[in-house]
Amino acid sequence: MVQLTLPKNSRVTTGKTWPKPDGATNLRKFQIYRWTPDDGENPRVDTYFVDMDTCGPMILDALIKIKNEIDPTLTFRRSCREGICGSCAMNIDGINTLACIYGMDEVKGDVKIYPLPHMPVIRDLIPDLTHFYAQHASIMPWLETKTNRPAKEWRQSIEDRKKLDGLYECVMCASCSTSCPSYWWNGDRYLGPAALLHAYRWIIDSRDEATGERLDELEDPFKLYRCHTIMNCAKTCPKGLNPAKAIAEIKKMMVERTV
Amino acid sequence: MRYLTDRKRAVGMGSAKTGTAHFWAMKVSSVALLLLIPMFLFTFGPMLGEDHATVVAYFARPFPAIVAALTIVVSFMHFKDGVQVLIEDYVHGLAQKILIILMICLSYAAAATGLFAIARIAL
Repeated sequence: MVQLTLPKNSRVTTGKTWPKPDGATNLRKFQIYRWTPDDGENPRVDTYFVDMDTCGPMILDALIKIKNEIDPTLTFRRSCREGICGSCAMNIDGINTLACIYGMDEVKGDVKIYPLPHMPVIRDLIPDLTHFYAQHASIMPWLETKTNRPAKEWRQSIEDRKKLDGLYECVMCASCSTSCPSYWWNGDRYLGPAALLHAYRWIIDSRDEATGERLDELEDPFKLYRCHTIMNCAKTCPKGLNPAKAIAEIKKMMVERTV
Repeated sequence: MRYLTDRKRAVGMGSAKTGTAHFWAMKVSSVALLLLIPMFLFTFGPMLGEDHATVVAYFARPFPAIVAALTIVVSFMHFKDGVQVLIEDYVHGLAQKILIILMICLSYAAAATGLFAIARIAL
């Protein structure tokens, strides 16, 4: 049965309020989820105050500032700081997004930051994405061909290349899959919007010769058909992509080869 | 706790090679209901508040009786498929199988009861 309440050891408690920086006048309050596997304690929400006069404009700037100047134990993933690596995906102000491209001015009031929902937490804002990545690998995210390799490149028309726009840009940040209630309840079997968007990216690729096998692998009540077009994925995608549309296209192809 | 590789856990038992038929059946019954529900409302509605003899005479005519019968059958088949998905979403394990069986039995029983009632009136 679906779990509608958090288990006892996952219930979030009020944590520490860290001191305000000396002499700062333009302060912003951050409430950040904290949990470490080392002390056996429940997760807590710590409160930090950041001086906006000496902080960059993005949420990630504030997180880095907190880590550098207030609390070095705060743990989160980050790398490119420009929305390309997908590392800093987290739940900010109730929305799954990338901290590096989400502006402080997009949040009204206190900034509440949690890890991506419904995933096991490794520490603080770091979710365990092992299963998510394994699901991505299972859809064979590479070009599958049977014809002998051509002397030069696999050729593709401009029109066919355009079909990959809106798909190839996905950075696998997991914002979409972790915003999907179907993925929350059945993530063990449902591939989720990110993996399915990638699956469609290869199904629709004019150079790929494994279309049938790819569709065969997806034809499953859980792997594909758990998508109920809730559309949270499209709403939350920090790159502005539409995984729900990609999934709908796969379903259309499934029907097309049956009916 | 099982020692499985991440890939093995993700692939599970592989594809069931089914699901499209269920998906398509839901679409077909949705479109059918889009036509049937208004027809049912327009044929069933005028009889509300009428006396017994008038209603019996009305449903003895083929069109209202067939529309009512089709609406009942298609609705409950649509209900059966839809609630199955709902149960699969939220309930897991043995309880899921039991609930699906009960729901399918309930759907067929309700459709049969409706058909019997219409046949009783119409024939």
